[in-house]
Amino acid sequence: MSTVTSIESSSISVLGSRISAEFNPPGPADFELPPFVTLGSVDVTKPMLMFVVTGVVLALFFWAAARKAEVVPGRLQFAGELVYGLVRNSIARDSIGSEKFLPFVPLLFSLFTMILVNNYIGLIPFLQFPTFSHFGFAVALAIIAWVVYIGAGMKVHGVFGYFKHQCVPSGVTGLVLLLIIPLEFLSSIIVRPITLCLRLFANMFAGHLLLMLFAFGGQYLIFEATSPINVTAGVLSFLMFFMISVLELLVMFLQAYVFTLLTAMYIGEAVAESH
Amino acid sequence: MFQAILATASDAHGPNPLIPHTVEIILGGVFFLIFVAVIAKFVVPMFEKAYAERVAAIEGGMEDAEAAQKEAQEALAQYKAQLAEARHEAAGIREEAREQGAAIVAEMREQAQAEADRIVAAAHAQITAEHQQALAQLKTEVGGMATELAGRIVGESLADSDAQRRAVDRFLTELEGSAN
Repeated sequence: MSTVTSIESSSISVLGSRISAEFNPPGPADFELPPFVTLGSVDVTKPMLMFVVTGVVLALFFWAAARKAEVVPGRLQFAGELVYGLVRNSIARDSIGSEKFLPFVPLLFSLFTMILVNNYIGLIPFLQFPTFSHFGFAVALAIIAWVVYIGAGMKVHGVFGYFKHQCVPSGVTGLVLLLIIPLEFLSSIIVRPITLCLRLFANMFAGHLLLMLFAFGGQYLIFEATSPINVTAGVLSFLMFFMISVLELLVMFLQAYVFTLLTAMYIGEAVAESH
Repeated sequence: MFQAILATASDAHGPNPLIPHTVEIILGGVFFLIFVAVIAKFVVPMFEKAYAERVAAIEGGMEDAEAAQKEAQEALAQYKAQLAEARHEAAGIREEAREQGAAIVAEMREQAQAEADRIVAAAHAQITAEHQQALAQLKTEVGGMATELAGRIVGESLADSDAQRRAVDRFLTELEGSAN
């Protein structure tokens, strides 16, 4: 029972007060940071602020990189084009097709860069909080992706035509359709946005939780425990922290890439001529 | 019911992370759309412009290179043709020169032959003339000498007489006949 109360008390704890006689494992409560300021009835929290700041910084960076649009790019333009080329060619063009991909490039480029930077913020010292470990941001992006791919499909095929295109596979006739249509509708229209945001959120949430566990655990074992075994375990815990950080570097990139790639593939499927 | 389950979960283990904050959805969505608009207006067109210009520049460069290569090939063909022509011409000139040389040599030889023939003929004529002259002189001298000799022997001068000359001629004719 005491653990429950300690977890609850940790919801208002900050880093310094974590060291106590009893170890409080980090939990979902640690993701609910105290707001910076409260504007009216809205609490402005760390992830909200970081989401906006990264957006502004990214927009400024890419504006500066793209501003001159030189045939022979400078260093900054080259760096910008590297990211832009990845999204434009490897993700958008390959998934949507070379005739229709251009209108979707801004969205996909924004998705990739925003998710990538907001993920990596989780590993930058002092910021150290992945924005997308708050479900709301992932939900927002997934809703936008969902609206865009369905909208694009409806623009190409018409409203009814789109649902037919998406839910009725060509070559299937008869009673099987009774089974196929609801299944296809469920997987293409309902499940896709949910998995899209859940995947991103859960990866960021779990990764951050894991990092917190090893960081706080190591801290507790080294500074609070007395036996040398515990100190050794604490050092090992810190070692794990670094190893998982390296793993997270990969996961964070991968999640940004996968979110963007899947969105591109959904758009590509929606605007395709036929199955 | 789902809400109730989520709510109880929240109560038991702190806030449920799967309940999104409405504020975050709205802020995230709106701000992200603004971000997309900025990217679509300021970034993507510029990158596309640079990309298109680069493609054009590369294609233009390739076209230039192709044209230059074509030109070079044409020039090479022209040079080769000129060279072949020059060779042909040179061969013609050489042939002509050889023919001319041969002709000159033949002419010279002919001239030399003619000259030689002329010299030989002249020499022959001279020799014949001299021979005739010597013969005539000899004839006269021998006649004179013989007459004188005969006069001395006979004791009477036979000089300046027709009979005497006739006798000498007769003698000489006989002499020639015996010599032949």
